[in-house]
Amino acid sequence: MGIDSLIGGTIWDEYSDKVTDLMNNPQNMGEITEEQAKEMGARLIVADFGAESCGDAVRLYWAVDPKTDKILLSKFKSFGCGTAIASSDTMAELCKDKTVDEAVKITNIDVELAMRDDADTPAVPPQKMHCSVMAYDVIKKAAAQYKGVDMESFEEEVIVCECARVTLSTLQEVIRLNDLTTVEQITDYTKAGAFCKSCIRPGGHEEKDIYLVDLLEEYEKEKLAGKASLGNDTAPAGDFAGMTIVQRIKAVDKVVDENIRQMLVMDGGDMEILDIKENGENFDIYIRYLGACSGCASSATGTLFAIENILKEKLSDKIRVLPI
Amino acid sequence: MTTVYLDNNATTIIDPQVFAAMEPYFVQKYGNPNSLHSFASDTHPGIKTGMEKIYAGINANHKDSVIITSCATESNNWVLKSIYFEQILTGKKNHIMVSEVEHPSVIATARWIESMGCKVTYLPINNEGIVDVQAVRDNITDKTALVSVMWANNETGAIFPVEEIGDICEEHGVLFHTDAVQAIGKLPVNVQGFNVDYLTFSAHKFHGPKGVGALYIKKGKELMPLLHGGSQMGGYRSGTLNVAGIVGMGKAIEAAVDALDFEMTDIREMRDDFEDELLKIEDTFVVTPRNKRTPNTILISFRGIEGESMLWDLNRAGIGASTGSACASEDLEANSVMEAIGAAEDLAHTAIRFSLSRYTTQEELDYTLKVVNTAVIRLRGISSSYAYAPEGHESGLDAHHH
Repeated sequence: MGIDSLIGGTIWDEYSDKVTDLMNNPQNMGEITEEQAKEMGARLIVADFGAESCGDAVRLYWAVDPKTDKILLSKFKSFGCGTAIASSDTMAELCKDKTVDEAVKITNIDVELAMRDDADTPAVPPQKMHCSVMAYDVIKKAAAQYKGVDMESFEEEVIVCECARVTLSTLQEVIRLNDLTTVEQITDYTKAGAFCKSCIRPGGHEEKDIYLVDLLEEYEKEKLAGKASLGNDTAPAGDFAGMTIVQRIKAVDKVVDENIRQMLVMDGGDMEILDIKENGENFDIYIRYLGACSGCASSATGTLFAIENILKEKLSDKIRVLPI
Repeated sequence: MTTVYLDNNATTIIDPQVFAAMEPYFVQKYGNPNSLHSFASDTHPGIKTGMEKIYAGINANHKDSVIITSCATESNNWVLKSIYFEQILTGKKNHIMVSEVEHPSVIATARWIESMGCKVTYLPINNEGIVDVQAVRDNITDKTALVSVMWANNETGAIFPVEEIGDICEEHGVLFHTDAVQAIGKLPVNVQGFNVDYLTFSAHKFHGPKGVGALYIKKGKELMPLLHGGSQMGGYRSGTLNVAGIVGMGKAIEAAVDALDFEMTDIREMRDDFEDELLKIEDTFVVTPRNKRTPNTILISFRGIEGESMLWDLNRAGIGASTGSACASEDLEANSVMEAIGAAEDLAHTAIRFSLSRYTTQEELDYTLKVVNTAVIRLRGISSSYAYAPEGHESGLDAHHH
């Protein structure tokens, strides 16, 4: 609560200038016909995602050079609100001159970041994040068509919150490690559920296979069954202690890259490792927050606990994280 | 820049006469009406005249009560919660009925009552967007405490058969409440003309001030107070009287009733002509037949154009209209009325509501029509619904995601 949530305001005020400009004048709006594709010596790919009955739908056109797999031309048509149109436009722009394999790596987060006016301010209000998810999904669908594979094959992990791209394994881990019992806590730690809210419980904008409330229930059951084993089978503490300083830095970097950075980048932030010092039996890891993380209220609380817990679980329970 | 206001079902401009009538009650006659001095008694004639006009506006008998509240939401909450505490919680009754397209102040309160263990029937609407009377008959029992059905729907303007529903309630000895927020100034409202126990209305919907609602309560059907305190409003609704608000509501309802003929003939004609022109645009669709609607309202779907996009283009041209559909609302839900009607699913997100008032001019509608036509061309140009696909392309735009 607080004054901002009391006075409300229109969601349009929260759109970045880029979103507004793209809604007014979409740059890549249009179609590619078979004739055009043929003239370019390219293969035409037309992929659809979404549905009008859901409130947003997009059709993506690619002209792909079959020799190099490069996307020569990328156009879209979209049924949706301003952010859906702007997200589709940005997505089509990001696809240009990329190979199909490169394009598949474009996520909804890239689309949202590209629409920001400045690095620290989200381009769209939270409930509009799902528009950029659709832009991401349609790329996968186009790539799947081009390659003749199933679109699910591009996703290595199960994504529970598509807006924040939080995986099932991350959520299970964070819930277990921090003994989380509420959706609000999950959102504070991971950002899952902070955007379109469809992943929280059934009945939201989109139907999901797994909801956050399911994960909480699963963990509750686990605890009741006496199986909650706070990560004691996964923390190879001895190994970390036995490493050289270079190995330790590499190990910490790896965990940060694989498990932590994503959630910081989501908020326009990042972090770097400054030093690792032995302090009695503890390892003190000094970090510096970058971008939006520096000065963020939760950088000293929720975010810090999440970073520390992940490092503890992955490397050593003697790790302490100290932001500078 | 030209500006056109066509969102009069959301709120209205204050009639300048109403504003003038209220003005003395801010700086000159500011006394607390309950005090014992001339500052207080200076306010009494204004309150008396205001209350009499309010009673006259709905033709209420002076033996009945019209309690001034802060808004229609308060009035609606009061009826439902009072019934819950007095009839449901005490075990006398176990059931209430509301239509499935009530205003959120009724629906959300009914859901809360449901969560407290009361049985709630959500009455369906038919394909014209009108609540089904038969469903009231079929579901009413001797354990039903209350039926609450709005007089006219805010989204479609559909007029509901409140007289028939009132009769059914009377037959079964069940209390009947109607939210008449969209009826005052658009339809004749006479609480003595049919069986109704409680009736909600709100000043800002008929060119009065915001922050002033009212609840009509028939004699003998008094409710438990929602706000306890200093016993203002006969002890039914404590809180220092909103003197300027009462004066303003009185003046506004008087003016609205005076203008009723104009609303039901001239405004209706302007609305009908405007609607005819809109329907000339291909692939447009209106739900409720005109003669079953309030005279000022149009809910129209433009196939292939998501509602918020249309609002965006209208707003850029200075036009204020509305949509209850997906992206424009915080909760991302489709237009509830469109869904309830069972309109073709792909149209649930394409509805735009234009609501006129007695201040709307023909020039404004002509301008709006031009803007709508331009917006339709631009937005359908962007829309995937009208997009090219090569031969043999199997459209993937007709299934739900996931």
